[in-house]
Amino acid sequence: MRRHADQLVECIPRLRRYACALLHDRQQAEDLLQDTLARALERLSLWRRGTDMRAWLFTIMHNLHVNECRRGARRPDTVSLHQSALAEPCAGSRADQQAALHDIETGLMSLPEEQRSVLLLVSLEGLSYRQTAKVLGIKTGTVMSRLHRGRERLRVSLNGEAQPPSPHLRRIK
Amino acid sequence: MKRPADTVSEHELHAFVDGELDAQRRSEVQAWLALHPEAAARVADYRRIEDRLHLRFDPVLAQPVTVPPELYRAPARRALRVALLAALALVSGALGWHLKGRVGGEGGGLPELAELVQPAAFAHLVYTTDTRYPVEIPASEQASLNRWVSQRMHTDLRAPDLAAQGLRLIGGRLLPSTNRMAAQFMYENAQGDRLTLYIRRIADYAGLSNFRYREQKGLHMFYWIEQAMGYAVVGEQPPAQLIGVANAVHLAMQAEKHSQ
Repeated sequence: MRRHADQLVECIPRLRRYACALLHDRQQAEDLLQDTLARALERLSLWRRGTDMRAWLFTIMHNLHVNECRRGARRPDTVSLHQSALAEPCAGSRADQQAALHDIETGLMSLPEEQRSVLLLVSLEGLSYRQTAKVLGIKTGTVMSRLHRGRERLRVSLNGEAQPPSPHLRRIK
Repeated sequence: MKRPADTVSEHELHAFVDGELDAQRRSEVQAWLALHPEAAARVADYRRIEDRLHLRFDPVLAQPVTVPPELYRAPARRALRVALLAALALVSGALGWHLKGRVGGEGGGLPELAELVQPAAFAHLVYTTDTRYPVEIPASEQASLNRWVSQRMHTDLRAPDLAAQGLRLIGGRLLPSTNRMAAQFMYENAQGDRLTLYIRRIADYAGLSNFRYREQKGLHMFYWIEQAMGYAVVGEQPPAQLIGVANAVHLAMQAEKHSQ
């Protein structure tokens, strides 16, 4: 049990990073983290040894978040950027870098949440497509198409102009 | 170089970025990208997005996790749950140390770092490694140790009994500090690993009655401030063990206050 708790503890910083990136509002992210940990502790005995605890925790977090959204308690998309209480990105980073980080945050929040969660689990948290699919309860193919749409949208908004995809690429619907 | 792929799908381009392709296909796509600069630019953009996400959100990793003290006063039947929740007071400390107040620090400049955390760590390193005189007064003279420490610190203070945590008191000492004196009690487990409890008077800082965790060069520490006294439990033991000790010390100090 103690080893399980140690493992759980190790996952906390990354759970919080994901919650912060997903919700943008620090207090909401913190609430989601604490709810997730409380739920995980209740169910720690149900966690199957040998499976990835981080993916298990992300699954709990995702389900709690979906339930909260359904109840209307958390509305990430209505949070204004000014309410962001995240720590400043990096002390001493240059102004243009600060601006770039602000842009990525704005772009991220403009994505539909289903695309944002896929992008964050894959690109920020480094989960495989299969793990991401399991966490979100969707098919691997859905992970890939959401990832494509999310990345393209973000890329276009960061580049500040619409760039048509290369004609050499086979389009996939 | 491998033969370039005849065609690469959009999904494969993402899979390439995310390391989801097998080695053979990866090198084919790599070769294909060399011939298709537009697609290569998209790949570079996707990677840049990833870099920026990390730059923006990685500082969150260094924020300390705090646990409300109520959790430690929970009824005994919830003891296991409480112990596990207590274990959550951990943070991955590697970044936390140098980020100081920048990230997640409700206390602004975190004065407790200089006044409590650093002297406690320093005293631990200096005296636990001293084979001849690790303590000034040994546990065999516990009564006089408690009396001496209490007199000099102007409060009733006794070395808590941590036998339930598998720790035996070795003894203690007084140390100079910027505000009167500080006390250090030293303990040892069955394997001979030492652990110290550092106590000093300190101004109350808002929001610091919760346990806080720090890690510095393999030294783990839980600390808290309560009623103008600062406490730090320091050792090389895993955080999950140290938090149990911190919890026991916290309860013992409360019991003592109530009995006064």
